[in-house]
Amino acid sequence: MEYIRAFIVGGLICVIGQIILDTTKLTPAHILVTFLTAGVILGGIGLYEPLVKFAGAGATVPILGFGYSLAQGAIEGAKSNGVIGAFTGGITATAGGIAAAIIFGYIMSLVFKPKTKN
Amino acid sequence: MALKKLGSQTVKFHNPPSIISTYTIVGPKEGEGPLKDYFDFILEDDMWGQASFEKAEAKIQEETIKAAINNGNLTNQDIDFILSGDLLNQIVSSTYTARQLSIPYYGLYGACSTMTESLSLGAMIIDGGFADKVVCATSSHFSSAERQFRFPLEYGSQRNFSSQWTVTGAGATILSSTGDGPYITYATTGKIVDKGIKDASNMGAAMAPAAVDTLITHFKDTGFSPSDYDLIISGDLGKIGKSIVLDLLKKEGYDLSNNFTDCGVEIFDGEKQDTHAGGSGCACAAVVFNGYIYKEMKKGNLKRVLLMATGALHSTIINQQGESIPGIAHAITIDINKD
Repeated sequence: MEYIRAFIVGGLICVIGQIILDTTKLTPAHILVTFLTAGVILGGIGLYEPLVKFAGAGATVPILGFGYSLAQGAIEGAKSNGVIGAFTGGITATAGGIAAAIIFGYIMSLVFKPKTKN
Repeated sequence: MALKKLGSQTVKFHNPPSIISTYTIVGPKEGEGPLKDYFDFILEDDMWGQASFEKAEAKIQEETIKAAINNGNLTNQDIDFILSGDLLNQIVSSTYTARQLSIPYYGLYGACSTMTESLSLGAMIIDGGFADKVVCATSSHFSSAERQFRFPLEYGSQRNFSSQWTVTGAGATILSSTGDGPYITYATTGKIVDKGIKDASNMGAAMAPAAVDTLITHFKDTGFSPSDYDLIISGDLGKIGKSIVLDLLKKEGYDLSNNFTDCGVEIFDGEKQDTHAGGSGCACAAVVFNGYIYKEMKKGNLKRVLLMATGALHSTIINQQGESIPGIAHAITIDINKD
């Protein structure tokens, strides 16, 4: 049941992205940044938390979840370390994801070469 | 006195230069398209053994020019000028090609209009008596253009339905003061026309008004009507641009529905090859002209053709700063007879 909820919520987030891509002039980069920012705002005002509880990875894996983690990290940091914590908390909370992205991205770039699309 | 000027933007050549040799090289995708039998050489691998897409494009252009010179039974010393250009920053494909050839070189930037820009200027140089033989050439490469103008390939972005597919390939034409045709008899130089379109994934719509402007000017300057041509063909307007041109011309009282098409529409099978709005890029007009049109004219199946390559003269930087896309179109008349 948890898998199905994750699949539906994660899928719906992607459907929203695809609809924006197909019906507006926005580029994938615009949508990425918009979703990330939306995740920060929704996470900051506490609206994303219930979705994470309901859908698990379906809500945390899409880029919205990254924004949510940034917001949660900044709030936690502010609680424990004050103003400095508000600045450092977001990146601290997401450091695992960022480091993994850089390391795996680097490895993939060594293994694979870009090719012309078919 | 501009003795050879006709009307506002056209020149009539008094000693029309003859096309004596052409050559085309295309990538694998173009080699699967409807015009595959007209291309001289089809690459199996669009990297062609090079380390980058840009180096591959330069090699494609270099080999195309060498083969065109060879086809005409000429050597590099017989050529007075190369007029060439491409889409890459600082037109590197053309410059690095010219580096290998030791032929006096004029680099042109007309984006996808480069083929007719170079043919117009080449014809003027020859008719003016400044040269006997000139090479006109251009190239483009899907992957080098994609990462310069759109997104890096590694990014894996989805292509918009109005977007076009940059043709991988190169075409070269050798013009000569003597020869038995086909001849370049008229050239109409386009003005920049910009109707304010900002969408870089809809180039056809951005260039269509320039194409219409050049076509109408050509008919007014020369006194020709559309029916004087067997074929009127634009460079890379694609499906969307082509239908806009037909609509706009109809409003102006010109009916081109029987003999007008676009190189970008013809080069790919849009249904089977998933190219969306059609082909684009400098090589689009270059390979369709130097492959299909030239060979059909040599066979006598086409006697009089108006070739009009179209260009979108923006850069990604100024486009991102909110500027719109300036369009241009240069037309040349190619005739199997001198008059």
